[in-house]
Amino acid sequence: MLTREPEIKLKKLHVNVSINNDNLEFLCNPEDTLLDVLRNDLNLTGTKEGCSTGDCGACSVILDKKLVCSCLVLAAEVDGSSIDTIEGMAEENKLHVLQEKFLEHAALQCGICTPGILIAAKALLEKNQNPTEKEVRYWLAGNLCRCTGYDKIIRAVLDAAREMRKDHGPNYS
Amino acid sequence: MDQITPKAVKEFKIVGTRPLRPDGIDKVTGKAMYGADLYAPNMLYGCLLRINEPHAFIESIDTSTAEELPGVKSIVTFKDFLKINPDNKNNPILENCIANEKVLYDGHAVAAIAAVDLNTVKKALKLIKIKYKKLPFVINIEEAMKTGAPIVSVGKKNENIPDGYSDNVIQYCSFGHGNLEDGFKAADKVIKRTFKTPSVHQGYIEPHACLASMSNDGKADLWCCTQGHFNVRSICSNIFKMDNSQLKVTASEIGGGFGGKTTVFIEPIALALSQKSGHPVKIVMSREEVFKATGPTVSSLVDVEVGMKKSGKITAAKAIIRYEGGAFPNETYELGAQSAFASYDLDAVKTEAFNVLTNRPTQAAYRAPGAPQSIYAVESVIDELCQHFNLDPLYVRILNAAKKGTKSSYGPTFDDIGLKATLEAAKDHPHYNAPLKENQGRGISCGFWFNFGGNTCVSLNINFDGTVGVVEGNPDIGGSRSSISQMAAEELGISLDKVKTVIADTNSLGHNDVTDGSRVTFSVGLATIKAAKAAKKELCKRAAKLWGIDEDAVIWKEGYAHPAGANAGNQEPLSLEDIAKVSSQTGGPISGHYEVNAEGAGVSFGVHLVDIETDMETGHSKILRYTVFQDAGKAIHPSYVEGQMQGGSVQGIGWALNEEYIYNHDGKLQNPGFLDYRIPVASDLPMIDPVILEIPNPGHPYGVRGVGETSIVPPLAAINNAVSRATGIRFTELPLSPPRVLKAILDTQ
Repeated sequence: MLTREPEIKLKKLHVNVSINNDNLEFLCNPEDTLLDVLRNDLNLTGTKEGCSTGDCGACSVILDKKLVCSCLVLAAEVDGSSIDTIEGMAEENKLHVLQEKFLEHAALQCGICTPGILIAAKALLEKNQNPTEKEVRYWLAGNLCRCTGYDKIIRAVLDAAREMRKDHGPNYS
Repeated sequence: MDQITPKAVKEFKIVGTRPLRPDGIDKVTGKAMYGADLYAPNMLYGCLLRINEPHAFIESIDTSTAEELPGVKSIVTFKDFLKINPDNKNNPILENCIANEKVLYDGHAVAAIAAVDLNTVKKALKLIKIKYKKLPFVINIEEAMKTGAPIVSVGKKNENIPDGYSDNVIQYCSFGHGNLEDGFKAADKVIKRTFKTPSVHQGYIEPHACLASMSNDGKADLWCCTQGHFNVRSICSNIFKMDNSQLKVTASEIGGGFGGKTTVFIEPIALALSQKSGHPVKIVMSREEVFKATGPTVSSLVDVEVGMKKSGKITAAKAIIRYEGGAFPNETYELGAQSAFASYDLDAVKTEAFNVLTNRPTQAAYRAPGAPQSIYAVESVIDELCQHFNLDPLYVRILNAAKKGTKSSYGPTFDDIGLKATLEAAKDHPHYNAPLKENQGRGISCGFWFNFGGNTCVSLNINFDGTVGVVEGNPDIGGSRSSISQMAAEELGISLDKVKTVIADTNSLGHNDVTDGSRVTFSVGLATIKAAKAAKKELCKRAAKLWGIDEDAVIWKEGYAHPAGANAGNQEPLSLEDIAKVSSQTGGPISGHYEVNAEGAGVSFGVHLVDIETDMETGHSKILRYTVFQDAGKAIHPSYVEGQMQGGSVQGIGWALNEEYIYNHDGKLQNPGFLDYRIPVASDLPMIDPVILEIPNPGHPYGVRGVGETSIVPPLAAINNAVSRATGIRFTELPLSPPRVLKAILDTQ
């Protein structure tokens, strides 16, 4: 038995998007962030919420080849876009070199910042295949990690870059 | 990444290696389930209404309009908890979660709502009408202790408080031995200074989150990110007057805690909202809520007085410690008093400590709770004395270092400890003799932590296929499942990939204390080794049965049951797998258990070396080089031991250089976010070089000591000493942020 009249809700927005190469559509409220939709509607909870103010980088995703904090993007804005999240980083059962190197170097302790850092590091290595330690440190300055002191993270990223250059042969730079 | 091992307890095959962690793949692919990652059918979202006043009397809470909003399913206030259980009026943990009669700090919750979606909850929160009367408040320790200060909470003061203090001073303790007066008289120089440290937050990246579901019959399931789900069960079942068995708590993967997730903040609220609505209820804190309403560490005001001979020998030492832990009694003032001088072998020492209430959020444990603040003050004064006598600061520390047989300043006599070896390692390290340039300074500090043992139980199950499941009860906050599996495999003599360690919910294993006190690798490791020994005994018994010989005639060696000697026969050794496969025919499944309230955790010491360059025009200090020396007893997985040493150091660096709770004159927190509460980022730091020492702990079969906490202790003084030496100005207050350092530079010019 209905005890209350159903409220007439604000019309939701219809969004088409490609996430990790899958075409998806969703409905969202105008105020919903991309992070809200990824986590609460699309079950993509690998992207983490640490602050909702763009300060911690835990929600990093790649939106149309650009690294963004998904908490600062409105879901309605991404219509027609292509998004990469942590869930799409490994190809089938093959881990990305960065993922392998993070495990090898023990570059995670609690792991909550790890998806965001991996996404950010991947964006770096797509731009710069041979970053210096300083470049890695400045690129990742928007991704907070409270467990590791960053040492092993930086080593893992530098090692992954080395490995990826090797895989791509001497002309890859 | 060096490792220094003076003498090994035994030879190891798996312990001491660096395998990939078993939970690693889930954590690099986004599969791992943290506190906020679980969703339930028919689930509601819950949020708390918080009052932005430091101190106020609640006159009324009117929820009627909010209740009318479509989609709102339940609203709770403290009154609901009194209906559930009248004893709740005296429960400080609950009162910290939700205010009873008074708002005690900026951000204290007064009501909570559950509704069908987050937008509805947020709308409904605005419809609750609160009437309150502002009360005078006090934020600062010195002010809070003075007679005439606004009183945070009446009737909390203990009888042993000396005269002349306000009722905010609620507890007092003292420790020490020897004749201080004679000690100070014998000194060639006595230095006395007063030090201040701010409140800082643990800063875990995962905000508190939980999902609660209570049925009509009073049974409940609770999923939450916590360092101790058995403790969550105890606290919540007490609040709801439930039998422990009726509340099943499952610990999610945990996104950092550092002590801050050892208690509850939202779990009882989610349970109450669920009980009232009949729906599962999920609560996820915002970052602002985390800063405002979960525990930062205490802020401190510490006087230290140390007397020294010109030879460097300390003749007497005294500290008066005042810790402010917010609106409820803090648990760390006593630990501050006990740890202050723990690194030294002293004939005359005294520490006194006061526990002070203020209108700030209630402190929670933060990595070595209470030790960094008091040791910061002590190590700074010792460094100043070294400068006064122009003595090498490591030489002076080695001269006075506590060792086996030292009666510690807090009572116990130390067994085998690694302080001297750690100091010697620092002295021999190239870092210590590297040249420094202008405006650069090198700081050193010792650090100490007690390490805990505590209630622990482990079940180790041998599966029919010869693989092994270890069931333990402590959330894995930094790789402990790996080290537990390594110890199980080592003890059983099987390969690591045969072992899987899981963390049981509260109904699947006996009580386990919280993941705190650096206790897990020590206590759970100990229980795992003993459970494996019990399983081996049973395996031998089964082998005896198969061979038709006496069970005493079988021994276990490197993964196989062997006949114990010529008289036992010359049967082919049986592997664990051989025995497991036929265990159904020899008496059923095989398992081993061990339960203990573990003692013998073995204290931990560390020494840090840091080089800093201070920009004399801006006051900004840059870390140039950082080396950590720490005694791990035995490093089970050296990478994760290094990780603890590096991570704790960087938290300490943040505390020393940037982090602080900033309050306005109105008693409101000004920086409840990561933009203004600045924790160290990657570009602030160099590599942190860890040097692991292994001086075995006699209290553990493999020599393990806890390693998690000591590393946050030395950075405060090490950096203070480095900046003081770089600038030629002695600093006595943290953080050494650019404005503070620049002001001091300009004041001396």
